[in-house]
Amino acid sequence: MTSATQTIEHKRIYEISPSRKLAMGIAELLIALVILFGFVLNSAPGTLTRFVMTPGGIDVGTMGDWIIPTRSTLIALLIITTAIGIYQLIRGFGRATNGMIGLCGLFLIFGFLTWQAGGTSVNLAGMLASAVLLAVPITLGAFSGVLSERAGVVNIAIEGMMLMGSMFGALIGSITNSTWIGLLAAILSGMLLSLLHAVLSIKYKINQIISGTVINIFSAGMTAFISQKYLQTNQALNNPPLFPRIPIPGLANIPLLGPILFNTNVFVYLMFILLVVIQVALFSTRWGLRLRSVGEHPRAADTLGIDVIKTRYVAVILSGLVAGLAGGFFTLGSVGRFNEGMTAGKGFIGLAAMIFGNWRPLGAIGAGFLFGFADAIGSKLSLLGSVIPPQIMAMAPYVITMIVLAGFIGKGDMPAADGEPYDKE
Amino acid sequence: MKREPKKLEEAGNVLLQEVNEPGDEHSAPKRSLWNVIAIPVLAIVTGLIIGAILIAATSTTVYAAFGESFGQGLSTALNEISTAYQALFTGSIGDPGRIISALGSGDERAIRSAFNPFLESLVQATPYIFAGLAVALGFRSGLFNIGVEGQLFIGAACATFVGYAITGLPTIIHMPLAFLAGALGGALWGFIPGLLKATTGGHEVINTIMMNWIAFRLTEWLLSGPMNRPGAAGMPISPLIEESAQIPQFFQTPIRFHLGFFIALGVAWLVWWLLFKTKWGLNLRTVGANPRAAKYAGLNVAKSYMLGMAISGALAGMAGGVQILAVNRSMALGLSSGYGFDSIALALIGNNHPLGVVLASILFGTLRNGATRMMVVSRIPIDIVDVLQAIILMFVAAPAIIRGIYRLRKPKHEEETVFVSGWGGGQS
Amino acid sequence: MTPILELKGITKQFPGVLANDHIDLSLNKGEILALLGENGAGKSTLMNILYGLYQPDEGEIFINGEKVMISSPTDAIEAGIGMVHQHFMLIPVFTVAENVMLGYESVKYGDFLDREDASKKISEIAETFNLPVNPRDMVRDLPVGVQQKVEIIKLLYREAEILIFDEPTAVLTPQEADELFKIMRSLAEQGKSIIFITHKLREVLDVADRIMVIRLGAVVGETTPDEADKNSLAAMMVGREVSLVVEKEEKTPGDVVISIQDLVVADKFQNIVVDHVSLEVRAGEIVGIAGVQGNGQTELVEAITGLQKSSGGQITLLGEDISRATPRQITELGSAHVPEDRQADGLVLPFPTAENLVLCTYYKEPFSKGVVLQYQTILEHAEKLITDFDIRTPSALTPVSNLSGGNQQKVIIARELSRPIQFLMASQPTRGLDVGSIEYIHKRIVQKRDDGCAVLLVSPELDEIMELSDRIAVMYRGKILAVVNRSAVTKEEVGLMMAGVMPEEDFTAKKKHVVERTF
Repeated sequence: MTSATQTIEHKRIYEISPSRKLAMGIAELLIALVILFGFVLNSAPGTLTRFVMTPGGIDVGTMGDWIIPTRSTLIALLIITTAIGIYQLIRGFGRATNGMIGLCGLFLIFGFLTWQAGGTSVNLAGMLASAVLLAVPITLGAFSGVLSERAGVVNIAIEGMMLMGSMFGALIGSITNSTWIGLLAAILSGMLLSLLHAVLSIKYKINQIISGTVINIFSAGMTAFISQKYLQTNQALNNPPLFPRIPIPGLANIPLLGPILFNTNVFVYLMFILLVVIQVALFSTRWGLRLRSVGEHPRAADTLGIDVIKTRYVAVILSGLVAGLAGGFFTLGSVGRFNEGMTAGKGFIGLAAMIFGNWRPLGAIGAGFLFGFADAIGSKLSLLGSVIPPQIMAMAPYVITMIVLAGFIGKGDMPAADGEPYDKE
Repeated sequence: MKREPKKLEEAGNVLLQEVNEPGDEHSAPKRSLWNVIAIPVLAIVTGLIIGAILIAATSTTVYAAFGESFGQGLSTALNEISTAYQALFTGSIGDPGRIISALGSGDERAIRSAFNPFLESLVQATPYIFAGLAVALGFRSGLFNIGVEGQLFIGAACATFVGYAITGLPTIIHMPLAFLAGALGGALWGFIPGLLKATTGGHEVINTIMMNWIAFRLTEWLLSGPMNRPGAAGMPISPLIEESAQIPQFFQTPIRFHLGFFIALGVAWLVWWLLFKTKWGLNLRTVGANPRAAKYAGLNVAKSYMLGMAISGALAGMAGGVQILAVNRSMALGLSSGYGFDSIALALIGNNHPLGVVLASILFGTLRNGATRMMVVSRIPIDIVDVLQAIILMFVAAPAIIRGIYRLRKPKHEEETVFVSGWGGGQS
Repeated sequence: MTPILELKGITKQFPGVLANDHIDLSLNKGEILALLGENGAGKSTLMNILYGLYQPDEGEIFINGEKVMISSPTDAIEAGIGMVHQHFMLIPVFTVAENVMLGYESVKYGDFLDREDASKKISEIAETFNLPVNPRDMVRDLPVGVQQKVEIIKLLYREAEILIFDEPTAVLTPQEADELFKIMRSLAEQGKSIIFITHKLREVLDVADRIMVIRLGAVVGETTPDEADKNSLAAMMVGREVSLVVEKEEKTPGDVVISIQDLVVADKFQNIVVDHVSLEVRAGEIVGIAGVQGNGQTELVEAITGLQKSSGGQITLLGEDISRATPRQITELGSAHVPEDRQADGLVLPFPTAENLVLCTYYKEPFSKGVVLQYQTILEHAEKLITDFDIRTPSALTPVSNLSGGNQQKVIIARELSRPIQFLMASQPTRGLDVGSIEYIHKRIVQKRDDGCAVLLVSPELDEIMELSDRIAVMYRGKILAVVNRSAVTKEEVGLMMAGVMPEEDFTAKKKHVVERTF
């Protein structure tokens, strides 16, 4: 529907709404309070925190341990966080608001680690390495969302596509005993499901969230069905080979970064390649310009001779490709077998990472890392002997998502025609 | 042309019918029954046919038979399908032969157990009714509540807690109290995304999904921590609820048919009355159909969203409560078998109308119950039910596909449920 | 000479409407052809057929004497046809260069965008045709007048020879419109051929070489500006003699009903959109707010009706301060609101007419008792209003989505005016309606004023303001520049003020200048 009033003056330079400015400032100060009462006041002066800076089982790119005074570090974090919160309340960070709340979140996590490991040691590098791995499906899910939503199709079926991809990756990978053919199967199954999503939501114009729900239910049922029928009765069908860790010559020897980023899984490399490819394709090519125009104002694109329907089909199918790849990560890159419901909502968190990342690949990967780090800590908590139950820590990504999204949706760079079927009249 | 409504009742009914199924412009409210049920019925039939194909296609015996000859393969396939669907039928409705002989013998126990499959289907349908109502009421209020699953978990946890922690109350107080605690828990869990939508514009779809996961983790922690059953050795399971908190079952075990089914029917009637007979309902529906016009007409849109989400959540919480109080009697993690997502299908198949939701729920309950027997007899995983439900939902949501398959004429005016689209909704 | 464009026997049938009935049209090179017709006469359908957005049921299209098939906008663009749409087809978050080149991009190294090349070409076009724009500006930051220039550049970038302008002046001030006409003239002089769609008589007489009038989907006449005048064109367009004047008695206004003092309204980005506005409306008078759309009228109306919170100042309705009141509280004080977008804001389309007629009052006696709705009463109420306001609907139970635009508006008018009100806020009450409905609604509003109701009327149609108002307030960039008596000003003067020119500023000189132009 066209707006009745066409404004003469569009002085809409990117600004943050005042309520959001306020909310983010308060959130940052709350984080500061947690650091103060949770960590600073609970730490004994004079204790040291030892961070191990080489992940276990790695012998290239090693680095000595990093030892910091617990209390002073925490106080430093407290001061910076407070300063950020106060500045946010008074002046605001404008464009950098998201980045700042993300940074404060990181400080909170780092502060927690410093406090928890006070007097003992923690393998920070190992944690970071597993955070990167945990970020892979979230980030790929977010990329998948970016691709389809930039063309104006909401895709909440990423979760289902991932699940299907992980199951077929395991099944076909086991049958052929090949990681790459398994991965291909995972990708193909994601693409097939996304084709269904495209047909339902573009051709039949059914509500895109309903269409996504259909696929999510279908995938959950179908993967469980096949798993029980075949994978569990015949374990040979659920024993795919795993992608090995591939060190990149030279880069793998860089201390800290080498073991985390350059001596790891092929999926991590694929994630970075996709980051560059999608970023460039969307914002620097003719193809990307047209795709984005379809997501912003399909009617305008149509009047310029751009095939809206075809563009959306391509975008959604590519979205399925990436989601299928993310699915393959679970069985072929991480676990080595398929379990029912093993994606555990990562697709939905990917969606949140996409929104948090402002529908941009670079933002998406940032949000993906944040969520991945939170996950990594959650799974290490019990090892650290923490008082916080791991289930409560595991809630963090979901809570962060809700806080971040409060007042943000519809105000960032969301494609204007996101979720709206195109009717040629 | 105009139909003069004679009585107040009729006036309301005619108007209601109009609201639900806007009729042809010239023949005001009449729309044949077939028009209303054609799509859901054909969707279900088509879903079952696809299910049959799936059964045959995943059976090794069928492949072996096809290896011998085509005819052999075909007859084996049909045989497999009919065995499976027969099991589905006897498992959910009952064995006709057994029912007749039981009735003939006049033995009360035999009659009861012959009817047990059907009664068990109603037991399965009960949480579905509540959950489906939750989604339908949400849709009518312009809210897409994907968080039924989480609200159900929280509702169940609250009902469980009140059920075992409070002792010494008479049933007449304890049981309703525990049930209401469930409703309240669900309402709170639904209210939070409603509040976020009304105040910050946060989209309820993503927020309810997040609330689902928070609810899972929270109940996981509750069941293995504060609400853990003494002596459970770390297993995440709650203590048994007091007898006074139980919703009574009508017959002796193994027949689980319980009062909750009738509570569900009562609540369905209440939801219908609320939505279509009261000013609150008109308020919710107006905001649901056009929030901007509602705001211009002086309605409080924010309040309506919060109320809608809270009621929707309360209904979802009741689904969890009834399951605990009437069937499970203690809470474990495997409480729900995907009621949350299935309920979206229920609402849509039932045209977001309470009566439709009740019928669709009984159908889904029947399917799920029958599938249990199908699993025993034909070794077909019960998850086939999810596949069927997804297919049925797809056909109901895209009636054009069904019309294409069966060459149906498109009705002149199709009802459009107002759905959220994109993430932009929210603040009005 | 062969006409550059010829349409022969174009027919298009929509369910229930014959939108185009064997229309013939020819356009010569370098000519400006005006296509005049009421809303819904079929002008836009015809142009959408020409642009490939619709397919005709019958008829042929010739370009330079050759028969062409236009089945998509791509075909139209290839045939040299370009269109400036009524609602701009621009993507706000793209730059001017991106918008212009979209679909016709400059690329390098395969598929990479060459923004430099495109910008260079745009600058060249801008210079040749005197359309100053900066290719690097983001479209959403540009004023509407400049956005329209971007639309024109889009056509020239594709080397279009036939330019279609669909109601291009709807969002412009009279002065901006004049500038647009100058651009159109110069385009025609440089050999472009133009079809200009409008329903405004003045514009047709001003700019066209030839005029074609369409009514109910068929061509009813062809003329030139020299042979025609406003009245003859209006008669052709509507099919009968129309009185362009609403009959209205002089009345002495009564007490102040609504008083706005120093009102400030900010949008969600804290930009001030209503800037210290003060205004009074008395019982029995119509105050018209003139101004180009987007100068703060919408926000002013929303503040008055309680839909948006004001950041400063005070609004007093019937002695009560309503600055912080909710819409419902304001309604209950005795005010009514006809919103500018009837389908989005005024009606719940899937609901029956009867429910839409009680949208503001359903919760009160007699429509509700306790919490239970009284459908019998609601229906009787609806039947009465349907008769009283001549709403053409098959039944009170028909969803309003099935009614025509005029009847939908009558549902809103009936709902708002049937209540005992003392203040009426009417925002573009006749937008997009046919002449019959416009006359009816005008009569109803004047009648309400005669009954002693205070009326505040907002409309971007200067004619409507001039016809109905007793006093006129001119709004420009969020400020009220002047409040004048209707009898004391001419249309030209109001038009100038709408463009931000105050009467005091060198008024005599400006006035002379204006009089020379035909409005």
